[in-house]
Amino acid sequence: MSPAIQMKSITKTFPGVLANDKIDFIVEKGEIHGLLGENGAGKTVLMSILYGLFQPDEGQIYVNEKQVTMDSPATAIGLGIGMVHQHFMLVPSLTVAENVILGREPTKDKVLLDMDKTLKDVKASCERYNLEVDLKAPIYTLPVGVQQRVEILKALYRGADILILDEPTSVLTPQEAAELFRAVRALKDQGKTVVFISHKLREVLWICDRITVLKRGKVVGTVRVEDTDLGELAKMMVGREVIYRFEKKPINGREVVLKVASLKALDDRGLPALKGIDLEVYASEILGVAGVEGNGQSELVETLTGLRKSTEGRILLNNTEITAASPEERIRLGISHVPEDRHKRGLIPDFSVMENLILGSHNRPPFARQGVILDYKETSSYARKLIDDFSIRTQSEETSVRHLSGGTQQRVVLARELSREPKLIIASQPTRGLDVGATEFVRNKIVEMRDHGCAVLLISADLDEIWALSDRIAVMYEGKVVAVRNPQETNEEEIGLLMAGGKSG
Amino acid sequence: MAEGTEEKQMEAQGTPKIRSWLKSGLQSTLPQIIAVFLAFLVGAAVLLATGHSPVDAYSAMLSGAFGDIFGIGQTFTQATPIIFTALAFSFASKCGLFNIGAEGQLIVGAFGAALVGISFSGLPAFVHIPMALLAGALAGGLWGFIPAILKTKLGAHEVITTMMLSYVATYLTSYMVNYPFKAPGWVAQTVPIAMSAQLPRILEPTQVSASIFFAVALAGLTHYTLQRTTFGYEVRATGLNLTAAENGGINVKREMILALVISGAIAGLGGAGEVLGVHRRFIDGFSPGYGWDGLAVALVGALHPVGVLLAAALFGALRSGGMTMTRVTGVPLDIVVILQALVVLFVTAPVLIRYILRRGGHKG
Amino acid sequence: MINVGLFAAAVRMATPIVFASLGGIFSERVGIINVGLEGMMLTSAFSGVAITFFTGNPWLGVLAAILAGGLLGLLHALLTVKFIGNQIVSGTGINIFALGFTAYMSQVLWGSRGASETVQGLNVVAVPLLQDIPIIGEIIGKHTPLVYLMLIITVLCYIVLFRTPLGLRIRAVGENPAASDTAGIDVFRIKYQCVMISGMLAGLGGAFLSLGHLNLFAWGMTGGRGFIALAAMIFGNWMPFGAFGASLLFGFADALQMRLQALGLLPPQIILTIPYVVTIAVLAGMVGRAAPPSDYKPYSKE
Repeated sequence: MSPAIQMKSITKTFPGVLANDKIDFIVEKGEIHGLLGENGAGKTVLMSILYGLFQPDEGQIYVNEKQVTMDSPATAIGLGIGMVHQHFMLVPSLTVAENVILGREPTKDKVLLDMDKTLKDVKASCERYNLEVDLKAPIYTLPVGVQQRVEILKALYRGADILILDEPTSVLTPQEAAELFRAVRALKDQGKTVVFISHKLREVLWICDRITVLKRGKVVGTVRVEDTDLGELAKMMVGREVIYRFEKKPINGREVVLKVASLKALDDRGLPALKGIDLEVYASEILGVAGVEGNGQSELVETLTGLRKSTEGRILLNNTEITAASPEERIRLGISHVPEDRHKRGLIPDFSVMENLILGSHNRPPFARQGVILDYKETSSYARKLIDDFSIRTQSEETSVRHLSGGTQQRVVLARELSREPKLIIASQPTRGLDVGATEFVRNKIVEMRDHGCAVLLISADLDEIWALSDRIAVMYEGKVVAVRNPQETNEEEIGLLMAGGKSG
Repeated sequence: MAEGTEEKQMEAQGTPKIRSWLKSGLQSTLPQIIAVFLAFLVGAAVLLATGHSPVDAYSAMLSGAFGDIFGIGQTFTQATPIIFTALAFSFASKCGLFNIGAEGQLIVGAFGAALVGISFSGLPAFVHIPMALLAGALAGGLWGFIPAILKTKLGAHEVITTMMLSYVATYLTSYMVNYPFKAPGWVAQTVPIAMSAQLPRILEPTQVSASIFFAVALAGLTHYTLQRTTFGYEVRATGLNLTAAENGGINVKREMILALVISGAIAGLGGAGEVLGVHRRFIDGFSPGYGWDGLAVALVGALHPVGVLLAAALFGALRSGGMTMTRVTGVPLDIVVILQALVVLFVTAPVLIRYILRRGGHKG
Repeated sequence: MINVGLFAAAVRMATPIVFASLGGIFSERVGIINVGLEGMMLTSAFSGVAITFFTGNPWLGVLAAILAGGLLGLLHALLTVKFIGNQIVSGTGINIFALGFTAYMSQVLWGSRGASETVQGLNVVAVPLLQDIPIIGEIIGKHTPLVYLMLIITVLCYIVLFRTPLGLRIRAVGENPAASDTAGIDVFRIKYQCVMISGMLAGLGGAFLSLGHLNLFAWGMTGGRGFIALAAMIFGNWMPFGAFGASLLFGFADALQMRLQALGLLPPQIILTIPYVVTIAVLAGMVGRAAPPSDYKPYSKE
């Protein structure tokens, strides 16, 4: 078998991080090769180097046994390498066809766009690779699974023989993932080579021929799928058994902390996003909300935290009506929120750790004398205490939050939200983008809060996380809660079905 | 890159804290200082290209601005309204808003104060002056309120609305002093304000008035408000990351409205100061563009009160010295505006300054 | 008061706004806010008159105006793209520079700060067939060539943006520069090109104000039209024909204001506020409509 790709001794450093450390990586022609590792292991960086987005500090790349300098994506595309990114590289207002041909547009008379030829050519690609898409639809109207198909089509249209898929199932339901695997197998049958980047052990075992495991920027090993199993892969990936298993204590005599009744709300474009949500979260429980992104989860969080007005329905916190309460009131009544995008929503990057830690309580004693003048002494000592309690790695409480690592930043958010002794915590994708250590810390803290009596609403696109942490699981689909289950009484297949809008048997 | 470590190092070595504070202040304002220097350099090139001597022009400016009591007086007189408009721009900036209509807010504030100044008589000064100042602040505040509402309720970008209102302010007040409030005579101006409304001159025989005290006090007050009060915290949070501020329970729309209103009020106070302290009446076109000066000064002063005061002194000197320069060398006064523009352009991108420094280092 | 002449004047007064708003579209569609349109127009207006003054040929003046606008566009692009500077500050700096520079040079060339000497302007042209159409003919049958150029360029802009590969790339770069980069497009080069085009179009607008209208340069003669053009661009939803329509509205307000002044019904100062109040009203009336084509964040590879 001849190698399609050879990467020798690739090293890449970013400020403060050694992302790739002398990595050797070989992909045989016509195989499906899994690149496995935890968040932050260096997988995406390595493949971005292969695709010409970054230049390695050291090392060589060989494509079909010829050494190349991958100085730009254009070069990679020219060599037959295509990449489907985790965050889609699509232009929302342009149509499918326009996105596919972007950068190599067919022209009439050398000046005008030839849309007829475009549609013809792209349709031909669709048929050749058995990918069905509406070519004239603007991207923003398409569901995520279809958008991904467009990305794959894009790569194939440009003549990719080697396809790199970066965490492709992170936005798919289990059923859509199964469809993807079918498509990938079909591509292999057509002679294409596929690199499958993932942190999900089971998937990689299912679809790949060989697997290379990365850990903290280094190659741990390369194995054939027949020769390994889940446990061994897990050990390679993290160095120990990583199975998040939390004690689910039986809780007696619980009260309802959060009650949501027939909640309706519109999204940013004025279309219905919440179509009648009914939900109850009890004290001392974690209610996990499973669902593919885009089914109203963001809007639900925003309505619960007060950032979005509901159009109908009620929200009650410990039997107090808060449907029309302002965000500030809700914070005072005991709702804490760990937002899904800490950079955008959770922190103020140019504020210090200390200033970020009091956000939300900044106009109350003891941080503000009479609610007007800030008390820096109190704020500093509070900050120092939290830095200790939550092991926040920072030079001092006055360091600007911008300079902290992702995991440390999330600790700041957690520290702030959890130390308010809330009655309800709304945690939205709390471990996204964090490494193993940080993920463990966050999950432990959430469980700790639950054990102390807090009600937790956990919204996560990571089904493993939902399974591991939830006392009950609710499934959201198209703006409604379609089912609530006890984890013991259901399985991944049923949940996946519900996430995709199917009815359970 | 943690802040404060160098400071701590220096303290450990026994260096007095003032020195380390000065040093860090200097480092963080180096781009602005270099920007000013570069602006003068390019300005010199413009002068040369149009047949004037930069040396003559600049030295005339210097002697004009600081050479005698009249020059120094002019410098401070010109600097005073600029401090107000610079603070106005800075305050709105801290909330993430671009108030480029300080000129208009200054003008309506001036007119409001003039109105109160001419409409009442027989009041004691300690009543009349605050009334007039209040009128100026309210008028300016109103001129800030309109774009604020338009932005928060209707999404209209404040850059355009404040600019448009500036034109409206100029024409409206011009109408006022050409028709209803016109004083007898040729000039488009009001009658003089009552004696009781006059702000005292503090540096005879120049025109420097007590307004400058208010300006300096306001610089300190706005800084304290922004850094030490919950309101200031909320304003800054809104300016730095609106979404996170919202998540923290801050009512960002309210903050933006307050910021623009206060911004307008500050500029309005500046206008009031001009009327009550310098001109003692409202004259059509009395502002040679203090609003734009304020913008440049705010940027050069890095939105910090000390920087703003220093930069305002510089720009005041430019205007005052400029008048002498024009008289003595015949160089058109607008070179001052060109210099201001160059400063703004050089200050636009700190990356640019670093780039120039590196290039300059290679050549030298 | 309302007659065909008023509408003809509206088309005339809309011309500089159309040019500038088209310029605004090119810049914003690629992700760069350009508040410096005002300054680019003013500098171009001046350059046009200056070159015409020396050469006697107004078309050379128009060329100079385009060049001046393009140069300032290049400056804006350098500051905001290469040096990642604040887009609004850069634009404002250009505006202040224009005011000072044109006033300064006015005095150097003509010894007067207020207005230059009159120069040979562009002659009004009568389009033979067009002129004879009843009513419409009187509105657009007889104008300086720049007005017709404006009509042609509006259509051209639409064609470029929506029917050529370049236009596709421009829209892609503004909306998702990362996607364009991975598709092999030179994001930075497209941004530079568009901002420079933006300046050149503003330059044509400036050329019209001085050479196509008054045949001289006067201090601050753009009178905020660069900002009004931005409002037209927003009101027109960043589409060439939309901006054209909005500019006609503003041009009408401008023509109306001049007509009212001539009639002396209201004090001139009050009338002069009309275009600005209309602009504010237009922006106010666009509740939730404005969806910009870009998030204007600077793009960096890493």
